[in-house]
Amino acid sequence: MTTTNRNKIKRYMESEVAGLSIFLIAVVIAFSLASPNFLTATNLSSMAIQLPELGLLTLAMLIPILSGGLNLSITYTANMSGLALAWTLQAFGGPEAGVEAFILGCALALSVGALSGFVIGVVVAYSKAHPILVSLAMMIFMRGIGEFLSRGKDITGFPQFVQNIGQGDIWGVPIPLLVFIACAVVWHIILSRTRQGFGTYMLGSNIMATAYSGISTKRNLIVLYTLSGLMCAVAGIIMLSRFNSVRVGHGESFLLITVLACFLGAVNPFGGFGRVVPVVLALMILQVLTSGLNILGANQHLSTALWGFFLIAVMVLRWAWWQYSIKRK
Amino acid sequence: MIPVIQFSNVSKTFGGVRALINIDFEVMPGEVHCLAGENGCGKSTLIKIISGVYDPDPGATLTLMGQEYETLSPAQARRVGVGVIWQDHALFPEMSVAENIAIEGFVSSKSKLVRHKKIKDVAQKVCERLGVSFELDALVKTLPIAQRQLIAICRALVSDVRIVFMDEPTASLTQSETKHLLDVVRTLTAENVAVVFVSHRLTEVLEIANRVTVLRDGQKVGVYDASEMTLAKLTEKMTGLTINPAVVDQDLSKNETVLEVKQISRAGEYEDISFSIAQGEVVGITGLLGAGRTELALSLFGMTRPEQGQIYLHGKEVEFKSNLDAISSGVAYVSEDRLSLGLIQDQSIENNLALTVLDKALAFGSLLSFKKKRTIVDHWIEELGVKSGNTSDAISTLSGGNQQKVAIAKWLATNPKLLILDAPTVGVDVGAREGIFEIVRDLAGKGLSILLISDEVSEVYFNSNRVLHMSSGCIQKEYVPARCDISELEDAIYGKAI
Repeated sequence: MTTTNRNKIKRYMESEVAGLSIFLIAVVIAFSLASPNFLTATNLSSMAIQLPELGLLTLAMLIPILSGGLNLSITYTANMSGLALAWTLQAFGGPEAGVEAFILGCALALSVGALSGFVIGVVVAYSKAHPILVSLAMMIFMRGIGEFLSRGKDITGFPQFVQNIGQGDIWGVPIPLLVFIACAVVWHIILSRTRQGFGTYMLGSNIMATAYSGISTKRNLIVLYTLSGLMCAVAGIIMLSRFNSVRVGHGESFLLITVLACFLGAVNPFGGFGRVVPVVLALMILQVLTSGLNILGANQHLSTALWGFFLIAVMVLRWAWWQYSIKRK
Repeated sequence: MIPVIQFSNVSKTFGGVRALINIDFEVMPGEVHCLAGENGCGKSTLIKIISGVYDPDPGATLTLMGQEYETLSPAQARRVGVGVIWQDHALFPEMSVAENIAIEGFVSSKSKLVRHKKIKDVAQKVCERLGVSFELDALVKTLPIAQRQLIAICRALVSDVRIVFMDEPTASLTQSETKHLLDVVRTLTAENVAVVFVSHRLTEVLEIANRVTVLRDGQKVGVYDASEMTLAKLTEKMTGLTINPAVVDQDLSKNETVLEVKQISRAGEYEDISFSIAQGEVVGITGLLGAGRTELALSLFGMTRPEQGQIYLHGKEVEFKSNLDAISSGVAYVSEDRLSLGLIQDQSIENNLALTVLDKALAFGSLLSFKKKRTIVDHWIEELGVKSGNTSDAISTLSGGNQQKVAIAKWLATNPKLLILDAPTVGVDVGAREGIFEIVRDLAGKGLSILLISDEVSEVYFNSNRVLHMSSGCIQKEYVPARCDISELEDAIYGKAI
């Protein structure tokens, strides 16, 4: 890649927020014109409830991608964390469990998530094995353990207030969405304002040069995968409270979509570049597309196919725009 | 005799910047032609036009082997017999030497099958023709840079070339390796192949070239017969400046000792090394590639641990578990490999500069303050005179000299006691080199101790208080430039009268 190209990449990333925003507005306008049911309170709130699950898992995927890696274990880590919470609640009386039990369960869920990420981080940092392999192994381990312990069944029977968290709202804003916004803000701060985040970007571009500059890259890798695992746990807790049940395998189909959401949000697939804001915009676009197509009466499977088509189209358009901007020079 | 290449009126504009202005350029068969000029003078742009990567602005005439073209495609250029060896070699590190050499042949051959025997034969033949020898099955990544250079040349010569461009071919070679390369060039010209050298190293340019075309700021300064040129004249033409070297004549051994190394050894890397550096002193280490210079530096920087011996900083024994320990004790290391270890090429100038001093840019507890980061970055950019448009541009947009300044600045920002400069002028222009050494002298004057590692004998000779000659992992002898001639040092390194 030549020098001028690198510089162009940077400008291109900056223009990405503008591009994605325009695209989002265009899609919203298109669906509003196509169906009177699109821009209604009911639809908006249903979108707001659906977005956070994919959103939280995408945040969990984002940081490993920025470091030049990947975390394939996110959905099963979320499930295992959910299971940890579910057992705690059941151990304290199921539907009769108190708030203390919920808090304890959440702490346990977060620990499970963090541990999963920590193990991936340690193995990646010390063995220098590729994160895809390490996290894939973790994914299979988590799935096996989860299915073994839950016997592949749904686990239900939680106190009413847990369901209220997943389905309730504060001043009309669904609680899961608030949780997602809070997490996105925390992620944004970590990535743009902390040494950890700074180091993650740098090692994503060139891990050896980062190490030579006196950044402990091993530590950074361990922390970043642990953060990823923690975010999985948050996603697991939200999924439990929204469905009022836990099943290992739930949200499995989200895994690859989180990767695509990151790329749609202009995250460099090779690491080093990418920000939270465009990724959130990309998530909103995906959500609007799903809900819009749903309202228009498109078959659910067809709309999944359309997501795929849409993402391919984005890659092609980006490439075309890229060629155009090089030629224009 | 028709010229291999005859260009007239070639201009190239990027955006609003005129990279080349009405250049005429001509190369005769069997000639060694040097294209000289500082970074950013338009040399690379010219090569890219000749090899078909860029189209020139309208109005240019490109004549290759007597045939006129308005524009050239890379495929056309190759058909006519233009071969280019790029600065970064563009080899496949995971493939064998033979495969790398023969790749063009078997990629373009009609057969879909790869015939390993044939690949080796092709590679063997080219090597014999050039009088070089490799272990053809070795993976390229296991070989030193000097050998990769020769592999890249072999590859360019597999196809039938009439003119070979070598972009900075000797930037990473020691002098003896360079001598070898120059022999290869002579072999080529004997076969009537024209060779165009793009180089910063002027001594070798004058040694081998028939003619020199000098470019400055996109314009042609002139074409000169190499025999009429002297080093000083050529430098002057390239830079518009006159440079007079003088040795450092100052005995600082009475100053406080900053670094003292006592009999350190590491198997296979260096052996029984003892030396010291006083405050404000520049100690040079020179010797051939593979003498263990970088390995020694890496141990002083905590990247590796000596197996025996002790290292003292300000009289206190230190044992670095990692480079983090070394950095916090005040050791800084500017790597010889700026592209992959010294700087993060894709990232911005400011991020590269701030990477070592993030803890100085904190506010509100442990959050990074953009304002403080900005202040640090601006301070160092100004202090070292880094010429950059925007500090948020990628490091790779800077010239080699400016990149090196950033690489030094990011370590000066840590406020080190000992600065290790490993080959600080690799890929840096003549004019900019002087700038780097001005910085070195200035820092030493302010009391910083500097270990200057370089295989360019003149660099260490003219910029160090003392010079250590290293070979086969051992320090052979200490020289004081003020009390010996440079030829004495050169003879010790390269052997007498080659």
